[in-house]
Amino acid sequence: MSVPFILFFLCALLAVAGAVLLIMVREPIHSALSLILVMMTLAVLYLLLGAEFIAAVQIIVYAGAIMVLFVFVIMLLNAGTEERTDWSRIAKPMGLPLAFFLLLVTARWLSRSAIGATVANGVGAPSNEGVSTRALSMALFQQYLFPFEATSILILIALLGALILARKDE
Amino acid sequence: MPILDHLWIILALPLAGAAINGLLGKNWPKSVINTIAVGSVSLSFLAVLELIREFAQLPADQIPWVKDYFTWIAAGSFRVDFSLQIDQLTIVMLLVVTFVSSLVHIYSTGYMAHEGGYYRFFTYLNLFVFFMLTLVMGANLIVMFVGWEGVGLCSYLLIGFWFLKQSAIAAGKKAFITTRLGDLAFTVGILLAFWTFGSLNFADMFKSVSQMQADTMAHAGTLTAIAILFFIGAIGKSAQLPLYVWLPDAMEGPTPVSALIHAATMVTAGVYMVARMNPLFSRAPIAMLVVAIVGALTAFYAATIGLLQTDIKKVLAYSTVSQLGYMFLGCGVGAYAAGVFHLMTHAFFKGLLFLAAGSVIHAMGGEQDMRNMGGLRKQIPITYWTMLIATLAIAGIPGFAGFFSKDQILDAAQSGPHKNIVLWLLGLIGAGFTSFYMFRLIFLTFFGEERFDHHKVHVHESPSSMTVPLIVLAFLSIFGGWVAARHLVGGTDHFEAFLHPVFAAYAPQTAGVEQSASLAGSAGASGEVASSPGLELFHAITGPAVIVAVIGLALAWWFYIRKPEVPEKLERSMPGAYNLVYNKYWVDEIYNALFVAPLLFISKYVLWHLVDEGIIDGIVNGSASTARGMGGKLRELQSGNARSYATWVVLGAVGFAVLLLALVGASR
Amino acid sequence: MSIVPISYYLVLSAILFGLGTVAVVFKRNIITIFMGIELMLNAVNLAFVAFARAHGQLDGLVFVFFVIVVAAAEAAVGLAIVIMLTKSRQSLNVERDSLLKF
Repeated sequence: MSVPFILFFLCALLAVAGAVLLIMVREPIHSALSLILVMMTLAVLYLLLGAEFIAAVQIIVYAGAIMVLFVFVIMLLNAGTEERTDWSRIAKPMGLPLAFFLLLVTARWLSRSAIGATVANGVGAPSNEGVSTRALSMALFQQYLFPFEATSILILIALLGALILARKDE
Repeated sequence: MPILDHLWIILALPLAGAAINGLLGKNWPKSVINTIAVGSVSLSFLAVLELIREFAQLPADQIPWVKDYFTWIAAGSFRVDFSLQIDQLTIVMLLVVTFVSSLVHIYSTGYMAHEGGYYRFFTYLNLFVFFMLTLVMGANLIVMFVGWEGVGLCSYLLIGFWFLKQSAIAAGKKAFITTRLGDLAFTVGILLAFWTFGSLNFADMFKSVSQMQADTMAHAGTLTAIAILFFIGAIGKSAQLPLYVWLPDAMEGPTPVSALIHAATMVTAGVYMVARMNPLFSRAPIAMLVVAIVGALTAFYAATIGLLQTDIKKVLAYSTVSQLGYMFLGCGVGAYAAGVFHLMTHAFFKGLLFLAAGSVIHAMGGEQDMRNMGGLRKQIPITYWTMLIATLAIAGIPGFAGFFSKDQILDAAQSGPHKNIVLWLLGLIGAGFTSFYMFRLIFLTFFGEERFDHHKVHVHESPSSMTVPLIVLAFLSIFGGWVAARHLVGGTDHFEAFLHPVFAAYAPQTAGVEQSASLAGSAGASGEVASSPGLELFHAITGPAVIVAVIGLALAWWFYIRKPEVPEKLERSMPGAYNLVYNKYWVDEIYNALFVAPLLFISKYVLWHLVDEGIIDGIVNGSASTARGMGGKLRELQSGNARSYATWVVLGAVGFAVLLLALVGASR
Repeated sequence: MSIVPISYYLVLSAILFGLGTVAVVFKRNIITIFMGIELMLNAVNLAFVAFARAHGQLDGLVFVFFVIVVAAAEAAVGLAIVIMLTKSRQSLNVERDSLLKF
């Protein structure tokens, strides 16, 4: 039982707990907070996997910006307790089994895949080193330059869209 | 030989007349329509005269003269050309058809002068002549059948000419459908003939037939079958038992139509066909017997009905049925020439009778019931005299045309090679009835007191356009029979001699020799020692046929001139028999109950309600409502509920994931 | 130090993904549903990073980068739409927005 293992299980537990909480609680603000918890734990897991940059980005952008946006909107809209309506005739009987099934299938698929098998045995596992930020940025600005620029345009569009959509009617 | 090379002209003239009048003549003045219609048929008649002149110069080996015009159907081994042929039989038929048609056309210009649809009438009439000529000149069964069907069509169109009259329409339908039954058998016969002979050309067929074994009375084979099937077609077209019912109803049409189509030409198509097919029939004795029996029975039966009819045209209609029976009797006992001869004389006197009846009706302002006539003798003299001549002819009084032809038939029935005493007796008694009811007609119509209101009905003689054809036909009713009068013109039956090659060419060897010998000298066969014309004439004049004819005349005179109360007394004393005959043996009602009513029932309840509404509509509407139902169900997918949509998405994702797992997992 | 087998991460990713699906299907508040979507995206990110580590390449990390960017844009626009909708409707219940019903 080494430190990575303990850390992993701890974070995994916390992540799952956060996800479950997200579903179970009634107030959306509580769901938002659970989601933040999940993201934090995921950041730790990224660190464990050696992706420091991504971990940092996760915290800064995801937990720090996006979730804050969520919280702002919740506050703005005064989203109170969720209404208890149940008008979907299919979600109730099929939803849970389907989600469960999906989970199983995905898990099985992922774990049984070639890479999952080999790595599970610890054979061929790469080194403990992480990926340096330098290498990542090199890849980003050389190999993946086009997608990078495209996403910047995407953000621009999203910005414009959000602006226009949320404008007050004159 | 211009006409012989261009036989199609004879056909094309009436067709052109029909086309021009039909397509363009709607608003033309009557004079123009007349010229085109009468002109086209008359020109056709002149062409026939020219044809005869050229035909007389043909060497014997070129007869029958066949002209192929174009290949009409070519499907594998089945080939039908549009070919026309001329032989002696065709010449006779052509003469009769074109001449009587011309006369009827001329007559119609007077009779139909005040009718609407003038151009339509003449269009149909010309079209009819075209089809009749096609029928008569066809060199193979298919061309003949085209004419056969075509005349049926024109008959339907003309019977229902006054199409706003319910009874006329019904009569037209009845005619067409009843003859259709016969045509069905005819078609099957044609198929069988093609299967047996491999060709439908008369020349080829008869050559094959002559090389086949003749069927005997004991062994009925294909030839008998084909012959009987053809004859059933003739039963329909020529109104014999049991398919005669349409002819009396066909009197709904204008009288010229009755004269031309239902007396002189169309109904004789069956007789022509049997005569044309004589090689076939001669080799199928059972079929000939069937023809003779049906003919004799019809002749007798229809004559009995004619005894009591009160409508002047209906009497003539039943008389036509009866006389056609005689023609078939003649053919059935092997006297084909006699049958065709009677066809010719009948065209003259029956055509005349109908036209004269039309003149009477015209004079009476539309009255057709003889009980409301009487004493017209002095008021419409031309009509009276011509009609009297025709009556003398049909009754078989010596000297007139009908005497010679009827006598020949009865003679052949009594003592010919296929003689049959029973049939002879039927024909004989029928002849007596014929004389009786025809003179009854004359006496009721022209003699006695006027049974109508003189002031209401303005009796007037018909215009010359109508009376001239009457006179011409009356002339022919007297002298038209003399061509075959061997008694009178020195021992030779010119008519039979003329037609001899047609009936002898493919006759079976044994019968052929007998036939021509016996017909030419049946006086010899019946035991006469000397064949001097005078003796023959004497025997002919005092023969049984003449006796019954005179008895008929006398009885009619007694019943209707001398003692007019006698018919009523007889009627009251035998009410059952009287009613039976007066109501035409209830045949129409029986047919109605047996065939028409069940058919209508099936049509309405089974086919309409059950099949059409229930099954077919059920399937169509059912599939529509199924589609709608399914659509309705599928529509509920669009619930507008986002959660449902999300669930469906997840379902899809699961499915996809499973699929990928199966594919990828299998390949690992 | 021994490494946690990658498959553990993958299983965790699957679990989180399933839970995110449940959130999307079962919750009625539109914002909560959005958060479920974000949860799903995060789970996928985890899988990507795990694979990147397993292959020793950084393409997975680049992809994670882009996923985060797109998630941000999507959240911005989506929430703007939610604000718009809620202004007229006064309710955050997604089941009330059924104008596209048949």
